[in-house]
Amino acid sequence: MTHPIEAFASRLRTTLAQTTETLELGGRWPEAIPLEGLIAIMLVVLAAVTVALIAAIPIVLVLMERKVSAYFQDRLGPTRVGPWGVLVTLADGIKLLFKEDLIPPQADKLLFRLAPYVVFGSSFAVVAVLPPFQSTVIGNLQLGLFIYLAVSSLVVLGIIMAGWSSNSKYSLFGALRGAAQIVSYEIPLGLSALMIVMTAGTLNMQHLVMDQVGGIHHWYMFRHPFLFVGAWIYFISAIAEVNRTPFDLPEAESEIVAGFHTEYSGLRFAYFFLAEYANVFVVSGICVALFMGGWSSPIPGFHAIPGIVWFVGKVFVLVFMMMWIRWTVPRVRVDQLMAVCWKYLLPISFVNIIGTGVVVLLEREQLGVEIAGMFIGVGALMWAVAPVMLLILGALAFSGTEPVARRSPAVGG
Amino acid sequence: MAEPTTRALRTDTMVLSMGPQHPSTHGVLRLELKTDGEVVQDAIPHIGYLHRNFEKHAENLTYPQIIPYTDRMDYIAAMNNELGFVLAVEELLARGPRPVEVPEKAEYIRVIVCELNRIASHLLAFGAYGLDIGAFTPFLYAFRDRETILELFEELSGARLLYNYIRVGGVARDFPGGFHHKLRSFLGYFGPQIDVYNTLLSNNKIFLERTAGIGVLGVDECIQNGWTGPNIHGAGLAWDLRKEEPYSIYDRFDFAIPVGKNGDCWDRYMVRMDEMRESVKIATQALDQMEERGLLEDENFTAKVRGTLRPPAGEIYMRTETPRGDLGYYIHSDGSDRPSRVKVRSPCFTALSALRKMSRGLLIADVVAIIGSIDIVMGEIDR
Repeated sequence: MTHPIEAFASRLRTTLAQTTETLELGGRWPEAIPLEGLIAIMLVVLAAVTVALIAAIPIVLVLMERKVSAYFQDRLGPTRVGPWGVLVTLADGIKLLFKEDLIPPQADKLLFRLAPYVVFGSSFAVVAVLPPFQSTVIGNLQLGLFIYLAVSSLVVLGIIMAGWSSNSKYSLFGALRGAAQIVSYEIPLGLSALMIVMTAGTLNMQHLVMDQVGGIHHWYMFRHPFLFVGAWIYFISAIAEVNRTPFDLPEAESEIVAGFHTEYSGLRFAYFFLAEYANVFVVSGICVALFMGGWSSPIPGFHAIPGIVWFVGKVFVLVFMMMWIRWTVPRVRVDQLMAVCWKYLLPISFVNIIGTGVVVLLEREQLGVEIAGMFIGVGALMWAVAPVMLLILGALAFSGTEPVARRSPAVGG
Repeated sequence: MAEPTTRALRTDTMVLSMGPQHPSTHGVLRLELKTDGEVVQDAIPHIGYLHRNFEKHAENLTYPQIIPYTDRMDYIAAMNNELGFVLAVEELLARGPRPVEVPEKAEYIRVIVCELNRIASHLLAFGAYGLDIGAFTPFLYAFRDRETILELFEELSGARLLYNYIRVGGVARDFPGGFHHKLRSFLGYFGPQIDVYNTLLSNNKIFLERTAGIGVLGVDECIQNGWTGPNIHGAGLAWDLRKEEPYSIYDRFDFAIPVGKNGDCWDRYMVRMDEMRESVKIATQALDQMEERGLLEDENFTAKVRGTLRPPAGEIYMRTETPRGDLGYYIHSDGSDRPSRVKVRSPCFTALSALRKMSRGLLIADVVAIIGSIDIVMGEIDR
């Protein structure tokens, strides 16, 4: 078995050899390039175009964040940079470009330089598996969901690299908090996604969306209470994954200045900044694709609005909710954060998995129950049970958390 | 800390310097934190970054010249600082041949501006505390309302933050025309706003988790540490100088002293929210009483104080209730126009000195919560 790199190298050599041979024999550009080479060039160009399009996402999201936060805070936000402030991301980017590129003394230079690219790259790479269109997906992989979970985990590596290499205690704090938080919350995230995989039987994102076509009642979120609760657990874990308040400990401004990216300035900081917003978009996009029907229309039979509009619309609803929560709610403490994940979200996720498994089994084996009847019955049950489950989840998540030390012994505690 | 062995990893205490430039130490405070990971083992405050020699300056300035300097100590509640100093000087003068008779209108104006400043100060404490805990929005709401108060002050005294308004014998200027209408409309608007803030932040579950039960200091320890003001009200003791040793005309008003139960951060914070309500009550009563007594048309806003002020030789200690606690002025006069010694007893100084004991064993996030709850202003601590 040839090693894939060797195979690639040999194909490259053959292609180049063929090209030069054709040219020497009097052939002309670009017909000299064999088909393989042309396809390769086309894919590279397509990838570049895709990245450029993806880069538009943080531009919109930064403006959205500034305006949404402003209106929540009874002020206007950017109004002077372009009409209604639309050029503000461009202005921010240009400003950051002009800043001095500072590398702290005694910082680990290689890791310091590499960290933004790791975070940025892994956040942007997973945009490929999002299914925004009915017709095509940039990367329609059979293992789409799995690839998303795997690649988005690389962000932690970048955060730790940034925190460690900055040679600053505050950055280290932020990085360690970030690592603990992201790695912990990936478990409820993955388990909630697992429920979808159990229900659908596939990891292919496009097939998952196609399974939800036909109206809002077909969305996975509304099929049975376990999936409904699972959708919200996914959403909460997603907020923790992208380090947004109430889970923004790695960059908790009032405690550790700016956490793991304290020492970054200029374009390096811009990478972290853009990566955060891309991450917000991606994680909302996956949530929409998994639980809320992706590009399908919620009204059955209504096809006037194209799928991409539905997809982007739903994603922006979720992004708005993330921003709404960020600007309303304070920050949890690190031990409370871990308690919420391990003591509350995780057991409930396990219950959800068991429940989903039971439902899937019942559906498949048709154990004497009409599927339609079960949908009706389960639907009614869902509207009764789900609010109660959510209330219990909320109450449990925040009632039993104990801080490390409430009272110090010196004051009689 | 484990003994270093060939196999086990050795853990060290980390020394982290929080400040003097830090987003949430409420001024230039340096906290030397010795932590084991996130758990604080010791938190040593280092102060002095804002020391401006107020007490030395006061020895070289005449009594009216000192008033702007008193503004600058606790710059957030400047009127209360001025009032304390001016009352001390008036007490000294009362022993001499020419006591100063402050007109009634001036007394009412002093109370109104001091209570408005109390509201402004507690609003800032509320907003900054939310910011420390991670809630960004209450800060902007607080400042929006504080803006109205500052505009009122600007109309009244010419300045937004440091007023030089309360003078020996009265106040510097009278209410401008129509001022009491604006004042009333603000007071009417602000009462319900406190409920909005309570819904947004005070009763938020995450905020409760971050502040309830944290930084508990019982009443006995508070007294031992010399705590006063909202800090000790939070612990449960209703000691307020406006009730215990009423100065100015505070005995004419009907208001309560809100107290907490447990002496934790949430109680101290909530006491400030309730105190704002009481201040609104006091200011409204003052306005009502002014109208009843026909003082709004009265034009006596200050006593006629002729010539240079030369209080008789002697000393006085005068204390008033500022938004931060019991502010004391000790003035020693040698009969000349400048004091020979002015000493200020700062409530924030005593509040900060208990921080070290309170923060042992807590997480760094809790230390931030405690500093916010005791509402310190470095200008007053360092003078």
